[in-house]
Amino acid sequence: MKWGVVVFPASNCDYDAYFALKNILKCEVEFLWHKERNLKNVDVVVLPGGFSYGDYLRCGAMARFSPVMEEVISFANKGHPVMGICNGFQVLTEAGLLEGTLMKNKTLKFMCKQVWVKSQTTQGVWSHNTEKNKVLKMPIAHGEGNYFVTQEKLKELEDNDQIAFRYCDEKGEVLETSNPNGSVSNIAGVYNKNKNILGLMPHPERACESILGSEDGRVLLESVL
Amino acid sequence: MKNLGGNLALAKKLGLTEYEYDLIKDYLKRDPTDLETSLFSAMWSEHCSYKSSKNILKNFPTTGPNVIQGPGENAGIVDIGGGWAACFKMESHNHPSYLEPYQGAATGVGGILRDVFTMGARPVASLNMLRFGNPESAKTKYLISRVVKGIGDYGNCMGVPTVGTDVFFDPSYEHNPLVNAFNIGIVKKDKIFLGNASGIGNSIMYVGAKTGRDGIGGAIMASAEFDDEAYEKKPTVQVGDPFMEKLLLEACLEAMQTDYIVGIQDMGAAGLTCSTFEMADRAQSGVKINLSKVPLRAKNMTPVEVMMSESQERMLLCVKKGFEEETKKLFSKWDLDAVVIGEVIDSPYVKIEWKGEEIGEIPVEPLVSGAPLYERPRKSYTPSSSVIASGSEAIPSPKVMRSPRFSTENLAMTKASIMEQYDSMVGTNTLVCYHDVPLIRVRENGSILALAMGSAEYLTYLNPFEGGKYIVLKAVEKLASVGAIPLALTDCLNFGSPENPEIMWQFEQTVLGMSEACRKMNVPVVSGNVSFYNETNGKSILPTPLIVMVGLIHG
Amino acid sequence: MTKGLIMKARVFITLKEEVLDPQGNAVVGGLKTLGYHNVKDARVGKMIELELESQDRETSTSLVQEMCQKLLANTVIEDYRIEIV
Repeated sequence: MKWGVVVFPASNCDYDAYFALKNILKCEVEFLWHKERNLKNVDVVVLPGGFSYGDYLRCGAMARFSPVMEEVISFANKGHPVMGICNGFQVLTEAGLLEGTLMKNKTLKFMCKQVWVKSQTTQGVWSHNTEKNKVLKMPIAHGEGNYFVTQEKLKELEDNDQIAFRYCDEKGEVLETSNPNGSVSNIAGVYNKNKNILGLMPHPERACESILGSEDGRVLLESVL
Repeated sequence: MKNLGGNLALAKKLGLTEYEYDLIKDYLKRDPTDLETSLFSAMWSEHCSYKSSKNILKNFPTTGPNVIQGPGENAGIVDIGGGWAACFKMESHNHPSYLEPYQGAATGVGGILRDVFTMGARPVASLNMLRFGNPESAKTKYLISRVVKGIGDYGNCMGVPTVGTDVFFDPSYEHNPLVNAFNIGIVKKDKIFLGNASGIGNSIMYVGAKTGRDGIGGAIMASAEFDDEAYEKKPTVQVGDPFMEKLLLEACLEAMQTDYIVGIQDMGAAGLTCSTFEMADRAQSGVKINLSKVPLRAKNMTPVEVMMSESQERMLLCVKKGFEEETKKLFSKWDLDAVVIGEVIDSPYVKIEWKGEEIGEIPVEPLVSGAPLYERPRKSYTPSSSVIASGSEAIPSPKVMRSPRFSTENLAMTKASIMEQYDSMVGTNTLVCYHDVPLIRVRENGSILALAMGSAEYLTYLNPFEGGKYIVLKAVEKLASVGAIPLALTDCLNFGSPENPEIMWQFEQTVLGMSEACRKMNVPVVSGNVSFYNETNGKSILPTPLIVMVGLIHG
Repeated sequence: MTKGLIMKARVFITLKEEVLDPQGNAVVGGLKTLGYHNVKDARVGKMIELELESQDRETSTSLVQEMCQKLLANTVIEDYRIEIV
């Protein structure tokens, strides 16, 4: 199985994802340059964190129009696994591949810390290795991770089992106080209807080694192996 | 050449003394043009020339078995084994941060990152050391929030983790906060780059952001005290563009993997002036540049403005002749323009052309190293429990001491809330942060870098020599506590006006104390920065020597 | 081919009314601490000024409208208003 990590000019978690996949999960990985339409026959695509094109207008707004994204969109629509982490999540919502949008954190501040999320489904491509209600520890690092959808859309997401993760406390309680950024219904990650595309704010690639504080991110990445 | 009238009034306005102006005339054997006066004023400013501190800084030990590059380049470099080296520096951005805290702090981070990647190193960790006034005042709260956001927005976008912060409050910083930024990068020992313009006929190329009027006179501003008119100087503060810098970082590091980049230098203080002259000086060469070729952002810029602009995110390259097109192609991959603006010449001059006319031919050496070195008068003082001679309060008032935000506990909370706003984990090498000694994994050689910050403002005020010793020893102790061997240190020496004999004495004693401890513990000083004139309306800050000592834990 | 006129278009982008605006709330808070208690609400948005060449105002408006839909605004959370000067 071959992985592709998309590189926008200001992606900055591209090497982190590459390193986790290659050196820890021992997978074959290729970088996919934003100006190229060639996905190099990869089986899985990761859109990493960072600031894509500077994100001065809106996070991910320009990235969706890049040549590589044309290919990623059609790749995703064919049902192949795609994961958007942090800025990658923002790009996926801007591209219309996922519902909702990511707004400024309610604190108005960038926030970097370890959080806990609770797995909400075992149905998605990226959730096969997890159990429902499993609590995972992963870091967040974002200024705009405040997930917003309208109430109707939220109901639709819930009815279709599209909510992947909710922010919770260490014990797994989904509380207002465990919501770091103001996301609707504590949502930390969502799937598309088909459940092959996952967008999430926490960084699984930063949680693949115990020396860095957690290995829980591997559960997600290993689900597609 | 036009304008040979000589202009002492202009020289004085730009911060030169009459003595210095006469010295310029001696060097040129004629009156300087306005352009030349401007260039000299920038390069001979305290900020660029270290004219008051150079003689004293000579006391620092700067060599050692691990030292690959000591002071004088963009950053210092030490061997960390396995063919790899660590490149690091610390720099102040105090004055810009007071005028516009967000942009001042952001461009401070941008500048220190460029210092490191200019040497060929990939930046792997940042630290910052901040000093503010009364923690209860609205002004301080505003400054903290903007400074922290500035540092965060820049570093976070660059993908360089900020792994530690050191914050301290004292009334003496109320009108003169300190923003000192540190960065460390990793470089292959045989891929270190220096800012040299060597090889006659090689091309001088300009890359990065276009030149505007940002920061004109910034080096001079950083060499003057603040007064109530400070705000009028506000338009000179630069604006940072971290996205542009990220492109520059990646493009430059890629270019350095080729064999046609001869030298590289960032355009920081005094912009194009400093970079052309310093590159020529290091290579003992000369440079001819055509200012009309410099990509401009603002309309109707004068040659002086083009030479002095401190627009951010710009680099100057010396490229092997015949490889200009390859260079352009490489930079265009990152959507950056690379433009040939000149070439290396064999006479030791910087020749400046503008609209088809040669408007200046200035000898390199006097401008770079000809600034007069001052043995400023020094006078010891008896520490007073209330007030330094220049009028600042040395010891916080009991009210501030009792204030809940000043307690150790709350200081720790303030630090934690600041740290949370920085991406401290990007790069997945941060083993420890939120701690006295952040630890960074070096995958390249399996070692771990330990970073110890050191300061002792009150002790340094009471006994500058002992204070200087203490900050070095304390950092050694901190490193030892995590099992790290000290390699070298970088410093930022923040003081009041060097023209005040007591401040000058304070500065000298601090350096002597640091030097003694450095010698005893075998820790050389490999890079650093002096920030004088940290006073407002005659009130000086507490003496604030800040250091970061880098230690190594073998794998 | 006839050259069009150079026109200036201003696009005002604001969060939809039903969407929470933490920046706006911060502005209200800030103004209140300064003593402006009569401030009831604030909404923060952005303004983008475009210089474009086009035949007439109608063409410009529809062009800018298209830009807003495609890139300038995120219509999930944002409203926009166009002004041709």
